[in-house]
Formats: sequence, structure tokens, C-alpha cells
Amino acid sequence: MLYFSRLKIISIIVFCLSLIFFSISNFINNEDFFLKKKVNLGLDLQGGSYLLLEVDKNPVINQTLQSKLTQVRNYFKKKEIKTFDYKLGKQKVLFKSDTNDQEKILELFKNDNELNPYFDVYKSYQYNVELIDNIFELTLTKYGIIEIEQSLLDQAIEIVRKRVDEVGTNEPSITKSGSNRIAVELPGLDNPDRIKSLLGRTANLTFRFVTQNTDASFGSEKLKDLDTGEELNVSKRIIISGDNLIDAKPQMDNINNETVVSFTLDRLGARKFGRATKNGIGKQLAIVLDNQIISAPVIRDVIASGSGQISGGFTFQSATDLALLLRSGALPAPLDIIEERTVGPDLGEDSIKAGVLSLIIGFILVILYMIYKYRLFGLISNFALIINLFMLLGFLTIFEATLTLPGIAGIILTVGMAVDANVLIFERIKEELKKEKNKVIAFDNGYTLSRTAILDANITTIIAALILFVFGSGPVKGFSVTLSIGILTTLFSVYYIARLLTSLYVIKNKNNEVTIK
Amino acid sequence: MTGKYLFNKYYNLSNIISLILFIMSIFFLTFRGLNYGVDFKGGTLIELRSDNTNYKTEDIRGAFNKLNLDDLSVKKFGAEGDYVIKFKRSDLNDPDFIKNLKNDLDNYLEDYSFRRVENVGPKVSAELLQDGVTAIAIALAAMLIYIWFRFEWQFSIGAIVAIFHDVIITLGIFSLLSLEINLSIVAAVLTIVGYSMNDTVVIFDRVRENLKKYADIKIFDLTNLSINETLSRTLITSVTTLLALLSIFFFGGEILKGFSFAMILGVILGTYSSIFIANPVLVYFKVSQKTLIKEED
Repeated sequence: MLYFSRLKIISIIVFCLSLIFFSISNFINNEDFFLKKKVNLGLDLQGGSYLLLEVDKNPVINQTLQSKLTQVRNYFKKKEIKTFDYKLGKQKVLFKSDTNDQEKILELFKNDNELNPYFDVYKSYQYNVELIDNIFELTLTKYGIIEIEQSLLDQAIEIVRKRVDEVGTNEPSITKSGSNRIAVELPGLDNPDRIKSLLGRTANLTFRFVTQNTDASFGSEKLKDLDTGEELNVSKRIIISGDNLIDAKPQMDNINNETVVSFTLDRLGARKFGRATKNGIGKQLAIVLDNQIISAPVIRDVIASGSGQISGGFTFQSATDLALLLRSGALPAPLDIIEERTVGPDLGEDSIKAGVLSLIIGFILVILYMIYKYRLFGLISNFALIINLFMLLGFLTIFEATLTLPGIAGIILTVGMAVDANVLIFERIKEELKKEKNKVIAFDNGYTLSRTAILDANITTIIAALILFVFGSGPVKGFSVTLSIGILTTLFSVYYIARLLTSLYVIKNKNNEVTIK
Repeated sequence: MTGKYLFNKYYNLSNIISLILFIMSIFFLTFRGLNYGVDFKGGTLIELRSDNTNYKTEDIRGAFNKLNLDDLSVKKFGAEGDYVIKFKRSDLNDPDFIKNLKNDLDNYLEDYSFRRVENVGPKVSAELLQDGVTAIAIALAAMLIYIWFRFEWQFSIGAIVAIFHDVIITLGIFSLLSLEINLSIVAAVLTIVGYSMNDTVVIFDRVRENLKKYADIKIFDLTNLSINETLSRTLITSVTTLLALLSIFFFGGEILKGFSFAMILGVILGTYSSIFIANPVLVYFKVSQKTLIKEED
């Protein structure tokens, strides 16, 4: 195991140099340096906010079932099959039919794609139908729910992205997490209050008439007016909604000297708004945001231009936020912030300092100890260790991996454990030197015989690191990344760099005295 | 020919000590439980720095006490003026919670800043805990299977018993000292699993090699020989790893303290158990040359 061909030596050197080259780009801040890749710092090191949002799917599921109920009722009416006693149960639709129609109805739920769509991708129907005590029970299948969740999540993530982008933070990362969650990472943001309050609102805007008669065909509801604090009876008929908005911005209204939000409607919205204001002069128009009335002005004139103003005692900040929310659109469902981690930039800086300091100290201690234990071979092992660290950093740079505080701990631990393989080899060579006169053979045996132990030992550590990678979350994941890459670079540095140097030394001093202390 | 030091003379004694420590740890874990951090218990953690040197821990606690927070704990955290405050949050859905908290706090404290805020909802914390436990369980199972694959089942059991010993006693000490269990402790435990395994495997590898070499040495002495032959490696690696860990413990900042402490305990226990726990198991199962030959047939 001591022989290296010239080609091999050259490839080892080239491989190491290229990784070292990559690692160096982290230390150079020169714009002209053509390598722009750098190791990403985790939020715990550079400071920033992490928010985990969960989409509350239940309102949408209820809505879906509500409209399914209507659809099913109309469907059977058209087919002239008598169904009755429709009810919305908990996560299900219930109805009855004549006993002799039951078979037919079950059959239709199986075969008619309009009534019960079949997803080829999942090999499943959207709805499950069961007949229990002569009552049909219609529930969403597992995949029916997944379908809803996915489209919800897709819509929600779009809106979240718009809102975060509007606030203009530095390189935000917004990703799906699981089936119903959105992870938002905001580097450099040490106070997420504004983003949190923006994301915590659905921003469902509607314009509806305030009405006196409670038995209008659309129904009405009592909503609280935020401005005056009184409750108004508002019709459920929506004149225009946030969907009709194409722009909104905060504005200073010079007449009343207050901040307002001015908006522009799309063509359809403008037409509807024009008609409604024409018919409703003298009536009160409620501007409702998330089931609260922002303001309820009395209509004095026809508004046909398709633009208008919302006033409601705004401060400039709240007007700006409302305009932003209206521009980015309503969330399809409420979002709950279920996890939040914010690290201030000064703490991140302190963490980097502490991490680097402990890395340097740990490194020096290990290096000194190895020289003390193995003298020349300690130096060889240390040289391999230094190259090892640069290679580790090089790999992290190439993959643009994220370095976290636990990640730095992983590097330090790699330093401590990296020498293990060399120790195993050196100790074995010592034993072999006692038995074997020929030094080259003894060294060779030392390498060969220690190999299985080194392999087993490192594979077990890698298993642990990989499991941590799969189950770990956040900064802890960074630990498993540095630990597992560290093991690979360690094995390389031990078997290629340290062994190469050892073999060069031993072959050169074949006939001299060679001892490992 | 059984090696310089007679470790095997102390097999029984060390096993009794370990058993007592193990049972005590189980006792602590059952009746005292673990001090879960916000990662696993849910709630809010605030790292606060005050530039006002007159404040004492009682002042900070007093200020937070006035805010009606459940399950409040206030502790010093490393440097002068740094504190960690933990409490259970009542209203999870209020996005302005921290903002309002700061406003209220301004009435009682000045010259302070929040350096870190962590808010973990009950759903997430339950999942994180479950993930942590699953990860450790899978790691143990994976190790068991790997060693079974590479060695024989007796070795596999020896290694697992040793790992269990290390993990349970480490957690037992955390329970005894009420040290916080958070995500990084799970990482530490998994690394301990890997390290302890690493140490045990090196000795087992030598045991297997010696089993093939010497038919006439009984397993009791053979393990001792193998331990002696690998002893300097075992010690040197433990020392270098401990040097690295001590460096993290003393210089790596408060956040890594718990992690490095758990790892230091784990490395010491792992070194000990790979000698005094894993090997006696081989003796107990009367592993011999036949054990290997049978497998090879």
C-alpha cells in the first residue's frame, strides 16, 4: 500500500489544489476574483429571522364541501333522481334518497367523472361515498384533501412571496415544507414584527352595502366598524372584492389632511362599482377587511372612473401596509405562525467569533498533541489535517452549503476525530515494526491491517450523521453536513496525503533507522 | 499473553457500577424527567442583553413577572448582562405578541435589547421531539444492523448495550443536573452513538482478528489482549476528541455549552463502555473461534 504511481501523485495534488482554490474564495473579498462562490452563513451566524407558517385548511375544506353539496343536489335534480335531507356534517356531506335509487346513486359516484373526479396520478377518487343507515355520507378521500392542500399551498406561497418581496428584505428564501407549511427565511432581518403582522392577515377585502332589512335574499351579518366601534348590519352580497383591484397605494388626502389608501379597479370591477354607486346613492357602503369594517362611507356620487379612496383613520404606516396587502392579494386561507426564530446580527457575529476562536484553539491543541505523540509522523498527520480542513471548506463552498454554529462544532469535532484514522495506522505500524525487520513491509502491513477498523469506525459515524441530516432541523442539519463531509475528506487526506508523505519518507529512508516514537 | 493491564479483572466491578449508574439514570429519567427546552416543550425563549450594569437577575425577573407570563424562568446566560428568559405563550396566533411584549417591558426596563427570540408552537415542538426520538431509535437500529452485518450477532449486542449505557447515563446526568434538552442535544446524542460505536468497533475488530489467530486463548483473556493492543489508540483518539470538545466548551459561546458538555460526557462514557461494557458481553456469550467459523460456513 505504499506504492504511488506518478500519475496518481499528480492527480492527488491537482485534486487537493482545486479544492483549496475553492476554499480560498471565502477569504478574498475582491470583486475581481472570478470565483463568486462562498459558503452560506446560516441565520444563527449572520442574524435573521426564520418563520414557519401553517395553512389552515379547514375553512377551505368546509367551503369545498358546501359547494359540493349544492353541486350534488343540482346534479341529481337534473338526473331526476329524488334526493333530500341534505346536511353539512363534520367534514362530510349527508343526504338521503329513496331506497330503490340507492344502488344507482352509488354506481354514479363510481363512474361519473363530473360527480366524483378520479385522479389518475393518485389512483384515487376525490370523494368517498358510503351508505350508512340509509344515509349517504360523502367525505373527501385522503388524496382529495391532498389535492386541496396542494393548490392552497401553491396559492398561499405565491401571496407570501409577493408580500415579502414588497417589504424588500435581503434575499429572502420562501419554500414549501411538508404538505401544508411554508418556511420563510429572512437573512439580516432582526425584527420580523412587520412581516409577521403582514403575513398574519388574510387581507380579504370586500365592498358591501350596509342594509337595514335582515331577510334579503343573500342574507346579512353583523360586523364591527373599527372606526366608530359600532356594529353594522352588512349584506352578504359582494359588490367588488380585492380580486378586482389592480393597484393600491397610500396617499395624503389634502382636503381632510389624513392618510388614505387609493385604489384602482380592473375593468370588470370598475363597471360593477359604477353600477352599484349609481343605484346606491345615499346608501352606506361598507369596506370590509377580514370581517371587520374599515370604514362605511355614504355614497354621494357615481364613481365610474374605477378608482377611489379608502379612509379609516390610518397612520402612514398602516396605510402603507394595507396598500401592500391589497396589491399582493388575499391569502386563500389564514396562515398561522407556528415557529419563529430570530437572531440579532450582533449575536450572530459573536457566535462566529466564538466558533472560530474555539476552532483555532482546538486545532492548535490537537496539532501539538500529535507532534508530541508522533514527532515527524505527527507533522505528516498535521499537514494532512490542514489540507483536510481546506478540502472540507472547499466542498462546502462548491455545494454552497449553509454553515451554522453547530456546523462549526462539526468541523471542530472533525479535527478531533480526523486524527483517529492516522492514530490507528501509526499504532498498527508500531506493532508491525516490532515483528517485521523490513520497514517497508511493516509500514505496508500497518496500513493494510488497520483498514477494516478505520472503515467500520467511519461508516458508523457517517450513518449517525446521515440520520441526523434526515431528521434534524435548522442549524442542527448544518452539523450533520460538516460532520459527514468531514469524514469523507478525512479518509481522503489520511489515505492519499498522509500515506503519500509517509511512503515517500519510508522509501527514502529504507536503510536508515525509522521509528514512530 | 493477555496484555500489560488486566482490564478483565475489573469486568465484574465495572459492570456493577455501570448497572447502578444505569438504574439511577432510569430512575431520574422516570421520576425527575428531562428539562426540555422550547424546542421540545413549546413556548418562547428570549435572549436579552442589558447594557445597564445595575440590573441583577432579580430585576429582570421582576420586570417579566409583571407581564403575567406562564411558566416563567429567567437565568443568566454567559457574559455579564446576558439573560435567557423562557415562558409559555398564551396567545399563539397573535403576530404582534413580541412587539406588544416589548412595549409593556419598556415600562419596567431600559437599555436592553432582544438578541434572540425563539417561538415554538405546541404542534412543532411535539413533532421535533418525535423526530428526535425517531432519529435516535433509527440510529441505534442502524448500528445494530451494521455490526450484525460486519461481525456476528454477539458483537452486535455488545455494541448496542454499550451505546445504550452511554446514552442513558448521559441523559441521566442531564436529568440530575436539570440541564436543558434541545435540538443540539439530540445532535450530540447521535454523535455519541457514532463515537461510542467507533470506539467499540476498533476493539471488536481486533478481537475478531485475534480470535482467528489464537485458538487456545479463552475469550476472557482474548478481549483483554485486544483491549491492550488497541489501548494507546483508544486513549489518543479520546484525548484529541476531548481537546476539541473542551475548546468548544470553553471558547465556543453559551449556545454550544450544552452540546459540548453532552459530547464530553459521551466521549468519556463511550471510551469506558467500549472497554468495560462491550467486551464483557462477548465473554458472557462465550464467543470463540467457533462463532466465527460457524458464520463463515
